[in-house]
Amino acid sequence: MNATIAAIATAPGEAGIGIVRLSGEKSLEILDHIFMPTKGNSIKEYQSRRLTHGKIIDPKTKQVVDEVLVTYMKAPFTYTAEDVVEIDCHGGIVPVRKILELVLRCGARMAEPGEFTKRAFLNGRMDLSQAEAVMDLISAKTDKSFDVAFGQLEGSLSKQVKKITDTLLEMMANITVNIDYPDEDIEEITYQELLKGANHIKKDIEQLLRSAYTGKIIKEGLNTVIIGKPNVGKSSLMNALLKESRAIVTEVPGTTRDIIEEFLSIQGIPLKIIDTAGIRETEDLVERIGVERSKEFFNKGDLVIFIVNASESLTEEDKKIIELLQNRKTIVLMNKTDLPIVLEEEEIKNLLPNKKIIKISIVEEKGLKELEDTIVDMVYGGQIKQKEASFITNVRHKDTLEKAKMSIEEGIDAIKQELALDFIEVDVKNTWEYLGEITGDTVGEDVIDQIFSKFCLGK
Amino acid sequence: MLEKFKAENYDVVVIGAGHAGCEAALSSARMGCSTLLLSINLDSIAMMPCNPSIGGTGKGHLVREIDALGGEMGLNIDKTFIQSRMLNTAKGPAVHSLRAQADKQLYHIEMKKVLENNVNLDIKQGEVIELVIENDIVVGVVLSTGAVYGSKAVILTTGTYLGGKIFIGGVNYESGPNGLASSKELPKNLKNIGLKLRRFKTGTPARVDQKTLDFSKMEEQPGDERIVPFSFMNDHLEKKQVPCWLTYTNENTHEIIKENIHRSALYGGEIEGTGPRYCPSIEDKIVRFSDKNRHQLFIEPEGLNTNEMYVQGMSTSLPEDVQVRFYRSIPGLENSKIMRPAYAIEYDCIDPLQLKLTLECKDIKYLFSAGQFNGSSGYEEAAAQGLIAGINAALKIQGKESFILDRSEAYIGVLIDDLVTKGTNEPYRMMTSRAEYRLVLRQDNADLRLTQKGYQIGLVKEDRYQKFLEKKDNIEKEMKRLKETCVTPSMANEFLEKMNTATIKSGVSIYDLLKRPQITYEDLKEIDENRPNVQLEVVEQCQVQIKYEGYIGKQLKQISQFKKLEMRKLDMDIDYSKIDGLRIEARQKLNELKPLSVGQASRISGVSPADISVLLVYLEQQRRKRGDRDE
Repeated sequence: MNATIAAIATAPGEAGIGIVRLSGEKSLEILDHIFMPTKGNSIKEYQSRRLTHGKIIDPKTKQVVDEVLVTYMKAPFTYTAEDVVEIDCHGGIVPVRKILELVLRCGARMAEPGEFTKRAFLNGRMDLSQAEAVMDLISAKTDKSFDVAFGQLEGSLSKQVKKITDTLLEMMANITVNIDYPDEDIEEITYQELLKGANHIKKDIEQLLRSAYTGKIIKEGLNTVIIGKPNVGKSSLMNALLKESRAIVTEVPGTTRDIIEEFLSIQGIPLKIIDTAGIRETEDLVERIGVERSKEFFNKGDLVIFIVNASESLTEEDKKIIELLQNRKTIVLMNKTDLPIVLEEEEIKNLLPNKKIIKISIVEEKGLKELEDTIVDMVYGGQIKQKEASFITNVRHKDTLEKAKMSIEEGIDAIKQELALDFIEVDVKNTWEYLGEITGDTVGEDVIDQIFSKFCLGK
Repeated sequence: MLEKFKAENYDVVVIGAGHAGCEAALSSARMGCSTLLLSINLDSIAMMPCNPSIGGTGKGHLVREIDALGGEMGLNIDKTFIQSRMLNTAKGPAVHSLRAQADKQLYHIEMKKVLENNVNLDIKQGEVIELVIENDIVVGVVLSTGAVYGSKAVILTTGTYLGGKIFIGGVNYESGPNGLASSKELPKNLKNIGLKLRRFKTGTPARVDQKTLDFSKMEEQPGDERIVPFSFMNDHLEKKQVPCWLTYTNENTHEIIKENIHRSALYGGEIEGTGPRYCPSIEDKIVRFSDKNRHQLFIEPEGLNTNEMYVQGMSTSLPEDVQVRFYRSIPGLENSKIMRPAYAIEYDCIDPLQLKLTLECKDIKYLFSAGQFNGSSGYEEAAAQGLIAGINAALKIQGKESFILDRSEAYIGVLIDDLVTKGTNEPYRMMTSRAEYRLVLRQDNADLRLTQKGYQIGLVKEDRYQKFLEKKDNIEKEMKRLKETCVTPSMANEFLEKMNTATIKSGVSIYDLLKRPQITYEDLKEIDENRPNVQLEVVEQCQVQIKYEGYIGKQLKQISQFKKLEMRKLDMDIDYSKIDGLRIEARQKLNELKPLSVGQASRISGVSPADISVLLVYLEQQRRKRGDRDE
């Protein structure tokens, strides 16, 4: 019996259809929770391998998420040799992500990279030579997940989760010491204290979850690089998009010395905006480091936003950037249209054919809406493709956070009912374990270490 | 040059007759192996050189499990206890823990009697100085007298005797526990045959003379009114109990200790061994928790025929003159006389990572070990391992499949898996928090978890097994009756109102009513009209299973997840260095530890979840190559 897994089978952002795939014995049961067929009563009455039309409905809010076609494929004659369900929905990030979130909430687990293939192999659907390829895939993943883990270790998400797990650990130590050392001279922990602690933890998890929705913790959004010569308004644009002051914006060229990253979501699409220091040749060592990194980030970007100053003619630096942009997905912003316009749109069109050009005044907040709409169109139109793995990471974290929240809520219930400490500890520990999946920690000696460092015990 | 002579042959030779050795010898003999139990001194069989009690949190669970499998510890403490308490009763059933004060002399006498009268078992006084090894297989032992005993298996249960060294302040000397001779030759031999040894340390407080104590200044701690036996075989026990006494240290005590801290063997640096964190010496407590202005201590009787009292909480390695001074600073101990001073003891033990889950040594076949020698601490931990080592030695000789309990089946499983998979850096003590599935591993259901297994391997005898089947049957019957007995609103609502719980609108089963936290089985008697006379143990089981159904269900689900990886067995001869995709550290660790299952592999420090994925794929590849698709 394996857990039922789910993943988006198509690359997000692509036009046409998106597919969410489930595999495992609960696939049909999960589908039943969220799917309302157009004809007939229940999906369970439908035959294997037949397309069924209907709607995906959020069981909590009763809202229609998307109109879809679903296929149920009965084990063992499927790719994974398990029950498989495929949900064909409208393409683009929003519907597929919503549906994926729903199936995860209904009991599926996010699939690991390559897990469908791994299951296919383990269930005897592949031969040995194909298996070797799977092995490569998994070992490749080892390195990759190491990178990801490493990256997140430094990240703010991990730091915030760590703060919560530390509080949980303390709570567990307090409970455990009461259980394991009943004869010692230790104050009994009260239900009020427990409730206060648990409520606090719940609040922290909820806060993290909220920020997951607004995009603050989404480390791996669509990589969007803002580029342009110094003082053209890169940082101002970023601030305008974020509607808060994050980068230092001044009149001295090259003030934004380092790369600044921010995360935001535009109509549900997670963006990681990278404000670069510009790529001007410079004598200043600190700034030169910034410039080197700009180029690096520039090369990694999924989308480039290039800003020119509409109140001056193009400089050498602008032209250098234009050369780099030929084969990139680019939106050109002609900024400072509040000043007398010197630069003609035609000139840019000639240099950068087929690129979207938007006239904008960041100071007067003109043209920002058009920029947002353009980005959304490009994503839905499939012009920009996001790298898949990064997207998964986010959903998985959210999924884990939801489960942690559920556990602590069960713990709060147990505390309110004044159940015995050992039951409460089960929920607290489960919460800890879910969060540990994000930071990569496991329970074990930690609690015991904590007990012995905090309490004086012994014969 | 020692003149050797050939003595008898046995199936199993057990070296050391402490709590591990006794269980090991009894289980192997009871499973049909001719067994020899050797002890440096026959008057120290089943000796309790430290605290005079059996059980406690986690440990009580172990005793219940030993009993459920057909071991002796539970029966022996039931014969010899002088006070009994169920701890943690204010908490959930999973952490209720039984603890009994023992009459130490009596405990020794009764255990010796059982050993002496057990068929297939011989007891002999003698010091083993050498193991006889041929082709990495142990085939016998050599005694200091020159006697050579042949054996098919050997079990090392040497406690703190190996290279034992006692410290009392600046004084130190070679000695086993409690003034007994230490074993000096055997550790040298064990090193020679390739075992990795290390030094651990433990300690014990002083014993004081009862007639020099003023109990009016202490708080009395009596035993429970209703005595719960340790052994499943005992239904009711009636006995006159003796109290323990509670008192506290004070600032004056702490001053005396601080002034003399430089004279402590622990702080003076003479001790090289690692001591356990959970029983720190009093000087340790005062240094580490300097903000605490008092520490509690219990004065516990060592038996009915002695004046000696154990001072729990006051283990120390300070010199005797300092001990006298600070003991006398404590209320009730002002005129106390020390009969045996406190000491710290250092001893040789092995790194348990060298063992399999059967407690057999990986490198030397048929050599088993248990107890403090494996890096644990405590009588109960020792006995549990002794039992498992004895069982597995017998099974191996008889060519039968080995006996391993996993972490979801028993505290014994947790204990042994922790030791041999994770290793330990201090003497290992059982705690309920070490068990992931403790709601299922309760002391009240040890028999239900394990007696069937004990019967299958032949250790549980017919009388116990029949009694067990009867209880199991009674539980099933009563559960069924509770489900089928329904009450109507007119029958129940008055009662429910009285109990401050919601009334019912239609018929409800007693089973469902029992789920409500406000109502106990006893309460329900009022409306459960034709209730038969049910044994207390049966009631307890039904009540726990019904009331905590939800939480127990959660753990059962986790257990079924856990079991999946435990079922994926790994061959001992896999060369992990040749598996592509494993990280270097994982390859090294796996080759070193040779885990038995993928589950065990996943608990080794340094093996990541990604490594486990790689292992699973590797296993599948191997299976395909062999072509046996239906494994």
